[in-house]
Amino acid sequence: MSTEFKVSTMAEMMANGETPDILFWVGCSGSFDDRAKKITKAVAKILHHCNVKFAVLGAEESCTGDPAKRAGNEFTFQMQAMMNIQVLDAYEVKKIVTACPHCFNTLKNEYPELGGNYEVIHHTQLIQDLINQGKLGLEGSQTYKGKKITFHDPCYLGRANDVYEAPRALIEKLDAELIEMKRCKTTGLCCGAGGAQMFKEAEKGNKEINIERTEDALETNATIIATGCPFCNTMMTDGVKNFNKEHDIQVLDVAELIANAADL
Amino acid sequence: MSIIIFSILFITGFYFFSKNILQVRSNILLGKEINRTDNSSERWKTMILVALGQKKMFTRPIPALLHLCLYAAFIITQIELVEIFTDGFTNSHRFFKPFLDGFYTFMISFIEILSILALIGTIAFLSRRNLLKLPRLNMKELAGWPKNDANLILLMEIVLVTFIFTMNGADEAILNLKGSSYDFAVSSHLANLLFGGFEEHTLHVFEQIGWWGHLIMVFTFLNYLPYSKHFHIVLAFPNTYYSNLEKKGKFTNLASVTEEVKKMMDPSIDSFATTGNEGDVPSRFGAKDITDLTWKNLLDAYTCTECGRCTSSCPANQTGKLLSPRKIMMDTRDRMVEIREGIRKNGKDFTDGKSLLGDYITEEEIWACTSCNACVQECPVNIDPLSIIVDLRRYLVMEESKMPTELTGMLTNIENNGAPWQFSPSDRGNWINE
Repeated sequence: MSTEFKVSTMAEMMANGETPDILFWVGCSGSFDDRAKKITKAVAKILHHCNVKFAVLGAEESCTGDPAKRAGNEFTFQMQAMMNIQVLDAYEVKKIVTACPHCFNTLKNEYPELGGNYEVIHHTQLIQDLINQGKLGLEGSQTYKGKKITFHDPCYLGRANDVYEAPRALIEKLDAELIEMKRCKTTGLCCGAGGAQMFKEAEKGNKEINIERTEDALETNATIIATGCPFCNTMMTDGVKNFNKEHDIQVLDVAELIANAADL
Repeated sequence: MSIIIFSILFITGFYFFSKNILQVRSNILLGKEINRTDNSSERWKTMILVALGQKKMFTRPIPALLHLCLYAAFIITQIELVEIFTDGFTNSHRFFKPFLDGFYTFMISFIEILSILALIGTIAFLSRRNLLKLPRLNMKELAGWPKNDANLILLMEIVLVTFIFTMNGADEAILNLKGSSYDFAVSSHLANLLFGGFEEHTLHVFEQIGWWGHLIMVFTFLNYLPYSKHFHIVLAFPNTYYSNLEKKGKFTNLASVTEEVKKMMDPSIDSFATTGNEGDVPSRFGAKDITDLTWKNLLDAYTCTECGRCTSSCPANQTGKLLSPRKIMMDTRDRMVEIREGIRKNGKDFTDGKSLLGDYITEEEIWACTSCNACVQECPVNIDPLSIIVDLRRYLVMEESKMPTELTGMLTNIENNGAPWQFSPSDRGNWINE
């Protein structure tokens, strides 16, 4: 299923003499991971539906360097950062939205010192704005009405950047029942993927972190685990499969919930 | 005579305390420079909320309340200590009483009630450690000295409170013999309960034991602090003042790397030209030993009271991995003390061939970290174990090229095709038409 509308790259926009209001930074997961691509599409649909003039970098986007930095390779990180800043500045990008909290954190907090100054927001913050501005209506949507949903805080959105309310406000707009896990917000437990763990086997222990976290989610009896991070999504999906619950419990990004509820 | 003994005690007590403090300060300054003096209003605010107001303690209400009892008693008792010092220097007895009168009774009563609460708190803390055996207070990194240190501090507090009540109780009993009373909230009852029936002379001895005992305990405590985890009662204040005020997700950018990368990306810069002065030793990337860490990391280590909130919230530790953020802080402090001892015995250029990474902290520990910031969030005095972990990783990766093999692959992918996986950059936009 391709998007039924045209998603422009920055290069195409520039060629047409146009300037987008916001750059959608897709991220590596959002570009290459089949599951995360669905989240990317959900975000694009919402932006399109709300008439937000946006563009992507396409082939000109590159890893922000987050996993390199967390793994301790400051060289690779700064090389990536400088190259990305050159591209972003060449297009005079002012505002960036991304569906990946790792990209969000790196672009927002670590690029300014290297010369990259942009207003960076997480997709849940942008969607919340769009709803508040009346550009996206969910009134009367029955899709998730009364459904039990729990929200898993991505570390790089929550503790790392103090964004706890935007994703929750969106879930409440669905008329769903938001059930918090025993560890949530500032005390939320990591899914196990941060700090470059996504790309390696865990050290020896007696349990995988995503299993520990999935148990928290199962305790709530929610039928939907909502996340706001492609890595968390992978980890929680694997966790749910581990308990053979994939037919009872869905793991969805908040953007997907909103796009589904708005019937986009 | 007692003035002389008191003065000797007072001067030696504070002399050694100052000496210890200067020693600790020089240990902390073994660390590298980092600027934490900006934004002083925000810093004062953080210190008042987190250290003075104990804001972060209250995420766990039971220990927070118990701790508050000890903390409040400790702070308020200082008022009585001022009087004890004044009495000591002037050879007087309850110097402030004639000046304050009714308020004096209220103040001492208040101190007494808080001391009872502190006693209850202390006993509860001892039980939590030794009877209830709370997991976070009984982990393997606490075996031996750390466990004894914790119990010793609690026992010293019981002794301290006992001396206060011996002093006030006996004093009250003496006054009772004369048909009068101080009317202090607790000791007026203790006078009957424990000190009734003694002769005035015996009571004077008790009162003096209480007074001197209290004083000696205060100076012992003061000089024990710099060797103990209990040093947090002092260092919590500077440590929270110098907190990291940035978002927790923001890691430092290494300026030395920025210079290199700029040279690589700008062909107009002669990459072979030397910019530094002759004889400049290029600093290490990341941290191998405590001298590569910042002074704030080292202050953190001295401030840590080993409560283990960090470790009990660490996802890696909870799932059985070796990593314990508390151990990272304890190791940093132990290594700092070891280096200082070496310098003291062998002079400034001392090396012992050991290092924080390797001899204290293993690679397995630091690779288990998810950088989730739970430890940083939990610490009641704003200690940041994560920044040490990241600096150790930086050393391993950038100086020794040592990392789990999958990470080598991930880094190669980023360098070759701009993504942590092996995908072509030209496929980035494929999702649009799929």
